[in-house]
Amino acid sequence: MNLNLTRRRFIKGVIASGAAATTTGVWVAANGAARPAGAVERMIRININGQVRTVDVAPQETLASTLRYKLGLTGTKLGCNRGECGACTVLVDDVSTYACSVLTHSVKNGRIETVEGLESADGTLHPVQQAFVEELSPQCGYCTPGQIMAAVALLRENPNPTREEARQGLSGNICRCGSYDSYLDGVMRAAQIG
Amino acid sequence: MAYMHIGKDFVPPDVNGKVTGRIKYAEDYTREGMVYARLLTSPIPHARVVNIDASEALAMDGVFGLLTADDVYPDGEPQSTGLKVLTNEPTLVGEPILALAAIDEKTAETAISKISVTFERLPFVLDPLDSLAEGGPDAYNGGNTYVFRQGFASEKWSADQVASFRAGNEPTAEPQQTFAYGDLDAALAESAFVYESAFTTAGYPHQSMEPRSAMAYWENGKLYLHGTSQSLSALADGMASIVGVPQEDFVFINEATGGGFGQRARANSIPSMAIPAKLSQKINRPVMMRVTRDEETAIGGARQGFQGWIKCGFKADGTMAAADLYIISDNGGKGGGGDAYSAADCISILYQTEAVRFRGTSIGSNTGHRGAQRGPGQNQIAAIIAPILDKAAEELGIDRLKIRQINTPQNGDIGGASRTPFTSAYMPEALKMGAEQFNLEERMARSRKRNGSKVTGIGIGQGYHNAGRSGMDGIVRLTADGRLKVHNGVGNLGTYSYASTSRAAAEVLQMPWERVDIVTGRTDRNLPITSPQDGSNSIFTNTRTNYGAAMDLLGKMKEIAAMELGGDAADYDIGDERVFKAAAPSEGMTFAEIAQKGISLGGKFTGESDLPEELNDFTKISVSRLAGDSLMGIYHDAPHNNNPPGFTVTFTEIEMDVETGKYDIVDMVTIGDCGTVVHPQGLKNQLVGGAVWGIGLAGYERHLYDPQNGLPASTGYWQSKIPTMMDTPAKIKTGWVDLPDPENPVGARGIGEPAMGAVAAALASAISDSLEGHLFNAAPVTADMIINHVAGVTSEAVPLAQNNFRG
Ligand code: FES
Ligand code: FES
Repeated sequence: MNLNLTRRRFIKGVIASGAAATTTGVWVAANGAARPAGAVERMIRININGQVRTVDVAPQETLASTLRYKLGLTGTKLGCNRGECGACTVLVDDVSTYACSVLTHSVKNGRIETVEGLESADGTLHPVQQAFVEELSPQCGYCTPGQIMAAVALLRENPNPTREEARQGLSGNICRCGSYDSYLDGVMRAAQIG
Repeated sequence: MAYMHIGKDFVPPDVNGKVTGRIKYAEDYTREGMVYARLLTSPIPHARVVNIDASEALAMDGVFGLLTADDVYPDGEPQSTGLKVLTNEPTLVGEPILALAAIDEKTAETAISKISVTFERLPFVLDPLDSLAEGGPDAYNGGNTYVFRQGFASEKWSADQVASFRAGNEPTAEPQQTFAYGDLDAALAESAFVYESAFTTAGYPHQSMEPRSAMAYWENGKLYLHGTSQSLSALADGMASIVGVPQEDFVFINEATGGGFGQRARANSIPSMAIPAKLSQKINRPVMMRVTRDEETAIGGARQGFQGWIKCGFKADGTMAAADLYIISDNGGKGGGGDAYSAADCISILYQTEAVRFRGTSIGSNTGHRGAQRGPGQNQIAAIIAPILDKAAEELGIDRLKIRQINTPQNGDIGGASRTPFTSAYMPEALKMGAEQFNLEERMARSRKRNGSKVTGIGIGQGYHNAGRSGMDGIVRLTADGRLKVHNGVGNLGTYSYASTSRAAAEVLQMPWERVDIVTGRTDRNLPITSPQDGSNSIFTNTRTNYGAAMDLLGKMKEIAAMELGGDAADYDIGDERVFKAAAPSEGMTFAEIAQKGISLGGKFTGESDLPEELNDFTKISVSRLAGDSLMGIYHDAPHNNNPPGFTVTFTEIEMDVETGKYDIVDMVTIGDCGTVVHPQGLKNQLVGGAVWGIGLAGYERHLYDPQNGLPASTGYWQSKIPTMMDTPAKIKTGWVDLPDPENPVGARGIGEPAMGAVAAALASAISDSLEGHLFNAAPVTADMIINHVAGVTSEAVPLAQNNFRG
C-alpha cells in the first residue's frame, strides 16, 4: 500500500485543476444552462463505471457536479463541497479522489468509478458493500459511499490490511455519526471475504 | 425470555440503499421544471434590515422571484429567540435574510449580488458574561435573554460581580432559574472534602453530514416537501403549521436523513425547510434549496456553552453529600435550551447527591443558533464532574471505581430535581462489567507511569439521559395477503430505530421478518404521530406504541377467529401465521383468512369506528385514510410514570505525550444499561458513535469567533475540530447489561445520549490522571491547554471566555 501516493496524487490533481473548492462552498457549477457570456463549454466523453458517457461540462465544473447533476449519479454525496470531509470520494484510475475538489475536465482521460459502479449486473454486492451490510457499518449513510470508495481503493492496493492500515486508509473520510469503529469492522471483514 | 426478534440482529431495509448509493436524501431529488433558490444571509452579527432593493435582480433573465421575512410573516416576526424562516432582525452571522429563485444557482447567486440590502448595524456581543456586565451589549433587540411567556428581558450584573465570577468565585447575583433539595449547608458541613471551582464548556456546531437542503413543490393544492429530519411525523406536524398549510394537504418526504443530533428533531429547529415551500408557492414552480456547509454551520445548531461555578462536598466515606451549581448558559444568536438545568439534574441522578442546589441564567450572544445537541447539559457536565470525583477519591483515599460505586444510582432509587423514581437502573452492574472487561485493577497499576515523554492516564466515566417518553400512537395492519404492515413515523437518521421498534409488533404476532413491511419515509403513507426522535427516546417510546397496536390487532384477530370457529377469543393462540384453538391447534384460520374476514366485517376491525379516544389528530388523519381495506390495530399509549434512564459507563486508557499535549487512546471499553437489548448492532453503533462524540466534547470541539467583527472563524468541519478516524481508538469495545425495564413491553430503554457522556467523562478523567490529577475544569481540554499546563505557562485567554480560546 502506498498511502503517500494517494495523498500526493490527490494534491497534485487539485493543483493542476486550479483548486475547484471555493471559499464559500456555493454550488454554482451545477447547471449547464447557466453559462457566463463568452465562456467555453465542451462536450466531453468520460469513462464512468466502465461506460463512456458524453456530457456537456462547463470549464469550472467539479467532478461531483457532473456526476450528481449531469449524470444523475447521486450516490456521490456532498458534505462540504470543499475538500474537508470525503463524502464525495470517487476513484480516478484507482486513486481515491475528492470529487468536489477536482475539475471534470482535469480527469476526463481517467477511469472514474463511483459507488453505483460496484454492484455487479446481477445485483451481487461488491465485497466491501456486502461487508458493510453485514457489520451494519453505516449509520445515517451519508458518508457511506465515500467510505466505501476509500475502502475499495485501499483493498486494491493492500488486500490484507492491518486494522491500523485500514484506519489510515479511511482517515480522509469524516463520519459525523461516529461509525468509524463499524466501518473498520467492515473493511476487515471485506478483506476476509474479498 | 425467548424472543423471536428482540435482541437479534437483522438487516434493516434501508442498508442496501446506503451501500449502493440508491437511497435518496432530500438533495438527490429533481422535479420537472425545478428552479434553484439561494440565500442572502446576514454578513454581520447583529443588525436590522432597513431596506431591500431587489429591482435589478428581479429584472434579470432567469430570475423567478424573491422571498423575504415580510412574505413569511406579514403580521410581523414572532418576538422570541427562536430561529426564524427568514428575518429582518438578524442576530447572528449567516442568518437567512431572503431567498431568491432562478433558473440555476449561478444565476441566483449573480442576482443576489445585485440586491442591495441596507443594514443598520447594532452592537454585538460574543461572550455572555460581557453582555451580563452592566453597560454590556445585548444580543437581541429588547434584551439579552428571553423569559418564557414574558418575552425579552435584560439581565445585568455589576462589573465587579462579573469580574469576581471570572476570577473563579461564586456568583452572587439573583439567578433566573433554580431548583434545590436537601439541606445544602448541612451537607457541606458534614463533608470531609469540598471542591470548589469555576468551569467552562465550549459551544460547538452540530455539523450533521447532510446539509439541511430541501426541495418543495405544490400539486393539486398539496405541498410536497423533500427534507431532512430526525422525526418524520413529529416534524411534519410542526412544519405544516410553520408553512401555514393544513396537515391533510402536506406531504413530507424523508426516506433518509444524513445525521441528526438534536437540531432536526422538531420543525422549529429547522424552519429553513419552509423557504423552498413558501417560494415554490409564490412562484408556482418546484424549488430546490441547496444549503452549503457554511450555512449549515450557522443555522444548523450548536451546543450551549457553560460558564459555571461548582462546589461539591464528599463525606469521609466517599458519599457525595452536596452539589451546588451556578451556570450561565450561552443562548447564542437564536434558540437556547435547558442544558444548565439538565446538567445539575444529571449530577443528582448519577451520584445520588444528598443535597443539590442549582442556579442558572441563560444569556444570548451573537453566535451560532443554539439548541439541543446530543445529551444537552448532561454531557457537558459529565466531562467536568468526572475529574472532580477522581480528586475526591484521591483526597479521601478511596479507590476511583469505589467512589463511583458508593454513589451509584440503582434499582429503587430516585433522582433529579423532580425526585422521580427510576423505572429500573443497573449502573452497578454496568460498572462491574466494564471494570472486568477493561481489567481495571491491572491497568490502574500503570496509572501516571511515565515512559519517555509519554504518561499513562486511566479514566472512568458515567453518562445519563432520561431515555423514554410515552403518550404516542401506533398503527399496524394485516392485509388480505396476510402480511403485517407496521406504520412507523420515527425518522430515519441512522439509528435504525424505525426498523428495530417495528420488530416489537412482529414479536407480538410471531411474524417472520420477511412477512413484515415497514411503512415509512413519507407522510402520505399514513403514519402515526410519534415523539420527536430526540432525547434517546425512540426505543422506549415506539416499542410501546408498536407493541400496543399489535396487541390491539391480535385481540381483533382472536375475536374474528372466535366468531368464525366458535368459543371465546381467549381460547385462541397464534403461531406459524395462524390463529388456532389452543386446545385443538388443527382448528384455526391463516392470518390471510383472518384479515379477509376482518375486511368484510369492517367497522372497528378496519379502523372505521371505535378508535381510541385520545388518538392524536395527526394519527386520526392517517387512520381515516387507511380505514376499510385491512384489519387494523390502533393504539394510543397512555403516559407512564417514573424515569426510564439510559446509563453508560466507560473505562479508557490514554498515553499522553507531555511534550506535545497530544494523546493516543490506547483502549476503551463502554457498557450500556438500556434495558433489554432490541438490536445489538444498532446498540453497538450508538455506543461507538456516542464515543466519537464524547471524544470530541472532551478533547476537541469548539467554535471560534473574531472578537473585532464578530465573524465566525469556524465555518466547517475542519475548524470545528470534529474527530476523525485518527482521533479515535482503532477499536472501541462495547457491551451491555441487558436487563429488562418493567415499564416497557419488551424491556427496552434508550442509549444514544449517555453513550457520549460516559466517554467524555472517561477521557476527561484520563487526561487529568495523566497530568498528576490536574483539573482543567474545562471541556474541551485541548493540546495547547495541556502543554501550557505542563510548561507552567499561564494562558492569556480571558478567564471563562466563551466562543473564543479559553485558558
Ligand atoms: S464534499 Fe468533497 S470533501 Fe466534503
Ligand atoms: S454514517 Fe452518518 S456521517 Fe457517517
